[in-house]
Amino acid sequence: MELLDIAESMAGVNSRDIKKLPTLRGKTIVNLFFEDSTRTRISFELAEKRLSADVINFSAKGSSVSKGESLKDTAQTLEAMGADAVVIRHGASGAANVLAHSGWIQGSIINAGDGTHEHPTQALLDAFTLRNRIFGSESLGKGLDGLKVAIVGDVLHSRVARSNLHLLNCLGAEVHLVAPPTLVPADVSQWQAKIHYDFDDALASVELDAVMMLRVQAERMTASYFPSEREYSRVWGMNADRLAKLKPEALLMHPGPMNRGLEITAAAADSRNSTILDQVANGVSVRMAVLYQLLSGERTSIDD
Amino acid sequence: MISLLIKNVALPNGSISDIAVSGDVIAEVGSDLTAEAETTIDGSGLVALPGFVDLHTHLREPGFEQSETILSGSQSAAAGGFTAVHAMANTSPVQDTAGVVEQVKALGLSAGYVDVVPVGAVTVGLDGKQLAELNAMATSKARVRVFSDDGKCVHDPVLMRRALEYVKAFDGVVAQHAQEPRLTEGAQMNEGKVSAELGLTGWPAVAEESIIARDVLLAEHVGSRVHICHLSTAGSVEIIRWAKNRGIKVTAEVTPHHLLLTEDLVRGYDAVYKVNPPLRTLEDVAALRAALVDGTIDIIATDHAPHPIEAKDCEWQAAAFGMLGLEIAAAVAQEVLIESGESSWQRMAEVLSHNPSMIGRLTEQGQEIKAGSIANLVLIDPKAKRLIQGSSSKSVNNPYLGLTLPGAVMHTIYRGFQTVAYGQLANTGRA
Repeated sequence: MELLDIAESMAGVNSRDIKKLPTLRGKTIVNLFFEDSTRTRISFELAEKRLSADVINFSAKGSSVSKGESLKDTAQTLEAMGADAVVIRHGASGAANVLAHSGWIQGSIINAGDGTHEHPTQALLDAFTLRNRIFGSESLGKGLDGLKVAIVGDVLHSRVARSNLHLLNCLGAEVHLVAPPTLVPADVSQWQAKIHYDFDDALASVELDAVMMLRVQAERMTASYFPSEREYSRVWGMNADRLAKLKPEALLMHPGPMNRGLEITAAAADSRNSTILDQVANGVSVRMAVLYQLLSGERTSIDD
Repeated sequence: MISLLIKNVALPNGSISDIAVSGDVIAEVGSDLTAEAETTIDGSGLVALPGFVDLHTHLREPGFEQSETILSGSQSAAAGGFTAVHAMANTSPVQDTAGVVEQVKALGLSAGYVDVVPVGAVTVGLDGKQLAELNAMATSKARVRVFSDDGKCVHDPVLMRRALEYVKAFDGVVAQHAQEPRLTEGAQMNEGKVSAELGLTGWPAVAEESIIARDVLLAEHVGSRVHICHLSTAGSVEIIRWAKNRGIKVTAEVTPHHLLLTEDLVRGYDAVYKVNPPLRTLEDVAALRAALVDGTIDIIATDHAPHPIEAKDCEWQAAAFGMLGLEIAAAVAQEVLIESGESSWQRMAEVLSHNPSMIGRLTEQGQEIKAGSIANLVLIDPKAKRLIQGSSSKSVNNPYLGLTLPGAVMHTIYRGFQTVAYGQLANTGRA
């Protein structure tokens, strides 16, 4: 909540003519990306630069797991060069956690997505977007109590879904997960969410305030999680018909990048319900808030 | 001439006795033995069990000597009360020819801390394609009787059938690592609520249980015996129980870690808890413990799997599978059988000594403690509480560090030679 409120002030900065704060002058932040992610990296980079930090981008795609330098050596090398914080995106679930708790390095660690585990800043920017669209200028201090949010698609492999589930629950929202049974983890008995195997039933039975579509990764298509793209799109995709079943002010979200025509049609993505570009803009504000909280004060850690 | 006299020690049946050892043989067991002895041990307060036999040890030599050698692994075994270990076949080169198994056996002999009994690979290079020369290994100096592709499952049903049939010729046994490969692609931990939370690819119980079900039916069909490695699920226990009731010649093992640790430990992503098959749930642990007590599971086998530091000090997905076990097996057995009040020292002797030597067809191990038996013995102080610290292994992937567990191995006697005396490992092995 505190983070979301700080993000509100950061959003103020981002709408000024001179979009810059001197807060992190002299701090060095490394964006350590073991996976391609243009938008998350650019978003962090912009956030860092707007707080006047020195930014290093380190793309280590494919180098860690099986060959070459280990995560440990890479991280220690960067720390030896004086990095105050490391923003890490890694293909292994728990990589950020290991980096933060292994004692390998002292600097702050920010998880920019770890495997199929979590993507906390994405959840923060989604929550921020929801709050901002619903409460507008009255957002400060507000939770998302009673809000009904559906997350639709590949829940099994989605770090966005996991992080959103935690944060939305935490902010008081009611979470619905909509997915084919093959793309739901085997045991979700501990999850505070209602599971739906039928998108249309979910749309009919719950008056949703927001629907969050998840990206379908290309590698799922060949692994028999569903028979074909066409069937997926027909059964689980967001299209104009399904959009029409939502209440007029309902929000349609997507973490990007979208597969237009697969999980979401162009008509839906470009509709007035869509928050997709807001999410991108808000990503910068939220990440500024996270960096500010971690690096400007006494605090050295913020839990997911 | 009596070389070693143990006074007033408790035997597995609870009676207090003296044990006199002459050379490598037990000369006499009885009360008030008074012979002159070169060495006398006051056994009061200690329990004597037949030397432990591990059916499942990774000694890593040849090929992975940075993790363990036959010498360091033998020392670790002796420190844990073992007098024989079966050295798994996944070395480099693989133990799939008479030459390699004979070399492993010879290195074990020269180390001199335990009998090192090589396990032969079922298939060439553990590749699951073509049978290795099983007969050549069986008739070599290494006298291989246990065959396993451990680490990999013999998943081709025809190949498994042929292997089960073929080893009948020399009374061998196939020890199956039950893991359906397609159901476990990229698997990292038990599939369940914790894997859902952590976003780690699941290793479902059914991948183990379906192979066990198939293999007990195959064993029944061809009339062979089959051994199932490291049972880890409650469902596997049910299948073994069913098979035994049906008269199928199946034996099963459980590891110390599957008797003590659960999947909840994975939550911190500390790769020391990464193992295959994975740590399961509390319900599975309870089922495995009950099965060990009631005889459904025949033995404890360690699956001692040393790895160098860098294979564990990394992100979870990049880490190797496996953990140490030789120096913890007795403590876990005591915890599960004795401290729990569920069973007896006699049962502990069965699961750690008699039964594994029977499965491996070892004639000079796992014998009763009586005159004429080979002097393989371990003396345990059951009252001791041991804080687990370092070990004699070359590796440190030890998930038990910092735990306090019951019992301590005070003396290990390997073919009449004291490999451990008063808790201290001998500097050199038996000549």
